[in-house]
Amino acid sequence: MSLSAESASLAGAEATAAPPGDGEPGPVKEFVGRSPGELAWARLRRDRTAMVSGATLLVFFAVALAAPLIEKLYGIGPYEQFQQKLDGFGNPLGYAGGISREHWFGLEPGLGRDLFIRLIYGLRTSLLIAFAAAIITSALGILLGILAGYLGGWVDAVIGWFTDFALALPFLIFALAVVPTMTLRFYGPRDAVPDSFKVTVIIAIFAAFGWTSTARLVRGQVVSLREREFVEAARASGARLGHIMFRQLLPNIWAPILVSFSLAVPSYVTGEAALSFLGVGITDPTPDFGVMIFDSIKYLQTDPAYLFFPGVAIFVVVFAFNLFGDSLRDALDPRSSR
Amino acid sequence: MVRFLIKRLLAGVLTLTAVSVVSFLMFFALPRDPVSAMCPKNCNEERLERVREELGLRDPKHEQYLNYVKGIFVGRDLGSAQGGHCDAPCLGYSYVNSESVLDIFSRVLPVTLSIVIPAAIIWLLLGVGLGMVSALRKGTLLDRMAVSFSLTGASLQLYFVGAVLQLVFVYQLKILPVPGYTSLFENPLKWAGGLVLAWWALAFLFSAIYTRLSRAQMLETLSEDFIRTARAKGLPRSRVYGRHALRAAATPMVTIAGLDVGSALGGTVITETTFGLQGLGRTAVEAVRLGDLSTIMAMVLVSALFIVVANIVVDLLYALIDPRVKLG
Repeated sequence: MSLSAESASLAGAEATAAPPGDGEPGPVKEFVGRSPGELAWARLRRDRTAMVSGATLLVFFAVALAAPLIEKLYGIGPYEQFQQKLDGFGNPLGYAGGISREHWFGLEPGLGRDLFIRLIYGLRTSLLIAFAAAIITSALGILLGILAGYLGGWVDAVIGWFTDFALALPFLIFALAVVPTMTLRFYGPRDAVPDSFKVTVIIAIFAAFGWTSTARLVRGQVVSLREREFVEAARASGARLGHIMFRQLLPNIWAPILVSFSLAVPSYVTGEAALSFLGVGITDPTPDFGVMIFDSIKYLQTDPAYLFFPGVAIFVVVFAFNLFGDSLRDALDPRSSR
Repeated sequence: MVRFLIKRLLAGVLTLTAVSVVSFLMFFALPRDPVSAMCPKNCNEERLERVREELGLRDPKHEQYLNYVKGIFVGRDLGSAQGGHCDAPCLGYSYVNSESVLDIFSRVLPVTLSIVIPAAIIWLLLGVGLGMVSALRKGTLLDRMAVSFSLTGASLQLYFVGAVLQLVFVYQLKILPVPGYTSLFENPLKWAGGLVLAWWALAFLFSAIYTRLSRAQMLETLSEDFIRTARAKGLPRSRVYGRHALRAAATPMVTIAGLDVGSALGGTVITETTFGLQGLGRTAVEAVRLGDLSTIMAMVLVSALFIVVANIVVDLLYALIDPRVKLG
């Protein structure tokens, strides 16, 4: 992770140029060159919060990736129903939503599906959407931000106006209206809509609205770098636009981009859950945090445990991401203190 | 100042026009037949035809759009089935609810206002207050508690907090009524009782950002020269912190507060859904579910209007609060 090509090579040169000492006895003081990336990594390693939240995130990734394996070990699938373990009103028998040795987090009231395995698969859906959306919006934001910041003039004005426009559209209402319209455009009113399509639509909506913050951030950074000597040098030696944008400017602004990326992911986790909560994202048979919470509100009085597990799960995921993002910011930019 | 205002207003009008064109195309020009959605159950072909005629769906698209805009500014004649002449600002007629969209607005807007305004007051006071206190007491237990409070708030979900609050206060402790809306002028106590959970849920989550931001800003401002000068002049602490420092630290918070309030006024969709309150947001959700296009269109426009106005207000407030800011 080299933050700045310039200073990294400078630091390297320093290390090799360290004089061996002209035959002088005694310990030779050696310069250890470290790139800003290495420095940031060292700071991150020392930060206990970062390590704990980072480890938590790794566990979540592993769990999400290994969901089918966990299903095999656990022995219960996300769509299996255990109606015989519900009482006459559809509420799970036993304590705290039917927690037992077979069902670690209890059962869903109504259909009697196992909550633990549904949460595991819900995590998978959530993280997939959040990461895809964060990557796409960051890429778009970087491209538009660098263009606006470096070229300035009318390009800047047009991109700036589009940013304002995207910010003025009420996101949730717009998403609410667009999703069914898009779905109807591709599928009939009675067709089964595959999950892959729903996921794609959600990601596309996040992409259409989410690039603005990254674009603003990148633009601001680029504007302050634009007049620096190394950019001028590149321009003077006849470098093309693409080279200046991606080889000269981009390596110098990775740090804020990385931070905004790590804070964007949890916001898409919650955004996706919110859309599903409102009924326009993922829909029922597919396991998802938002769908589960929405469903659980019906059973609030009789089975509060059903609300508890998905609610806490989404909180822990988002909390870990936020903590890690904060630590990353501290590590990459030592001047900013929380 | 005046020039700045005119420039911003023009940009705002441009943005709103673009929003209206995009949403118009999106909802009215897509191949999906809007009429079958607007027409209530058991519509026959004849009736569908009549509705199409009345809505002017046979006209070219740009004419339809111009008619819509004209309706907003000078009013227009809708067919007799849509309540005849529709005065400016005419936002159209909802077939689903059999009333004009403006009537729907006048019914649900007070609900959203009753949720957002008190909640915003709570979250600003709570957030900024906590942030300032923790900046002035940096490193103490209080500071650490405020920081973890804000991190927790920033990671929690409104639908989760809302459901937990309802569970505890309404169903378990039974000290609050089931959330609902009563007019403030009818019965202020009932009004507050039905909304207090929504206020606190919103305030808890929103204040988190302000706590973090005001803490960071205060810490930065406190190390500036003018604070040292003010202290050196012998001004009392309360005046230095409350006036000098807070004023300088407030600018970025004004931006976020303006945007938050602006977008919250456009419909606190999730709050309203969680607490079952019939405000702008929930109306929009239902309009989408029922395919009530005129209502959706109007909702998008009004929400965008709130955001655009909030943006302009923020810029003006900037100049008022921070003497270093020049408008131009």
